[in-house]
Amino acid sequence: MTKSHLELTGVEMAFDTPKGSFVALDNINLKIKKGEFVSLIGHSGCGKSTVLSIVAGLLQATKGGCILDGHEINSPGPERAVVFQNHALMPWLTVYENVELAVQQVFRKSMTKQERQNWVHHNLELVNMAHAANKRPGEISGGMAQRVGIARALAMKPSVLLMDEPFGALDALTRAHLQDSLMDIQQDLKNTVIMITHDVDEAVLLSDRIIMMTNGPAAAVGEDLYIDLERPRNRVTLADDPTYVHYRQEVLKFLYEKQRKLESITPRRNNQATDASMKKDTALKAKV
Amino acid sequence: MSTLTNSSSGTGILGWLKALADRFTGAELAQTGKQLLLPMVGILIFLGFWHLAAPQVNTSLGTFPGPVQVWEQSGQLWQEHADQRERADKFVTMQEARNARILADNPDADVRIRGYLGAPTFLDQVVTSLVTVMAGFLLATAIAVPLGIVLGLNHYLQAAVNPLIQIFKPVSPLAWLPLVTMVVSATYVSDDPMFEKSFLTSMITVTLCSLWPTLINTGVGVAAVNPDLLNVSRVLQLSFWTHVRKVVLPSSVPMIFTGLRVSLGIAGWC
Repeated sequence: MTKSHLELTGVEMAFDTPKGSFVALDNINLKIKKGEFVSLIGHSGCGKSTVLSIVAGLLQATKGGCILDGHEINSPGPERAVVFQNHALMPWLTVYENVELAVQQVFRKSMTKQERQNWVHHNLELVNMAHAANKRPGEISGGMAQRVGIARALAMKPSVLLMDEPFGALDALTRAHLQDSLMDIQQDLKNTVIMITHDVDEAVLLSDRIIMMTNGPAAAVGEDLYIDLERPRNRVTLADDPTYVHYRQEVLKFLYEKQRKLESITPRRNNQATDASMKKDTALKAKV
Repeated sequence: MSTLTNSSSGTGILGWLKALADRFTGAELAQTGKQLLLPMVGILIFLGFWHLAAPQVNTSLGTFPGPVQVWEQSGQLWQEHADQRERADKFVTMQEARNARILADNPDADVRIRGYLGAPTFLDQVVTSLVTVMAGFLLATAIAVPLGIVLGLNHYLQAAVNPLIQIFKPVSPLAWLPLVTMVVSATYVSDDPMFEKSFLTSMITVTLCSLWPTLINTGVGVAAVNPDLLNVSRVLQLSFWTHVRKVVLPSSVPMIFTGLRVSLGIAGWC
């Protein structure tokens, strides 16, 4: 058996709430190979973000653990760079300075000043943002800011790139454009990526493997689907490719038949809504 | 930006003159007028109201002074100050002349130089007061901003210190003054003091009163940094100082300045 790059074993995550312990994740087991692009998909509130936070080291699993390249993860670090949903750039730094802050921190000893400057520029060019190097995040569009967020993460040369709904806050056209850019970059860099998404098409188009999560509380891995489509992939030609359509259907079936979210707009709504919001609250608190 | 420099360098001084001329035409002028004129109108209306209303207020000490009387009196205060200055100058020249005479008679004579001992005028007092307020405010800032950052970063410390802040915040300067006077006169004993005791006492009182808004606002600002940015800082493993310098401080600067503005107001009012 080949040694896996990233391994999650029996991960359980419980949050303390005033009503007692709330188990968000229950016994998550995952083995991810080097260079694999893995998507985590599931209904909102199923604990996808929690899994990502545990791998990032921002949260500590209450049971089980996470091993990357033979080392246990128990704190955050730049070798597990995170791309946040809302870019999370420092608004008072320019695009260049935002990436530079990361490069400075990670390669302070291993690169000369000149090398670091070149590396920042290289990564901005990679995401086509070199032209806006001196602008502040407030002066560029959301899609552009997200590109910079990706550049910042890539600039850390991470062994795993973690993306928390990276394109979730963008409009459909910008999203498609960024997905294509990400595929191009991935083609060259062959990073190991874990991406959280709500978008079935995005998951099938980008991933080598889709992890479908069951509904919370006590969410677990429901299905594990390998996407065997040749790269480079083209969204237009794939649209009526039978294999692509089949994969898409598999995911849709899982989400809307096997794990249908019982959230109707009729009287039960109140109960469910408060439950869901409570979960979100605790997750947020834990993040902070 | 590049087009701007190009055009100005291209046409040289003519372009600059044209830009200057543009300022005095049309929309620019209207804008300047609005910025200057409207405040003036506001002030004039207030003065008119004051002038008309003041004679209506009869007190046992006579009618309430109007703007004209106040203007006359301020002229008098200025005159008093000028007279006092003149007397001081005269005193100094007289003393110098006398000392020169004594030294001419006897080069080994022990000449004494005395400072002028006239009472400080109203204007002198205003200056003393402003200096005291600024010194007190600066000291308050130097204490409140770092302390606020520490409190904002540490929830436990915040919870422990918060009740103390709430208790001390409303204490009036008049209540602080005797306590500060006691402590200063007991502890600040020196043959050649760098500051006068009265200055130290008032300055520390100002500090104690104006400290709180900056402290509270800095703490709140630091505690309210966007959680995503905090996560970025954790992922990057920024050191404590880099974290404070690059993430916490820039993000809480608006709140710190709000606190400073309130603090400065209180310092002046002390």
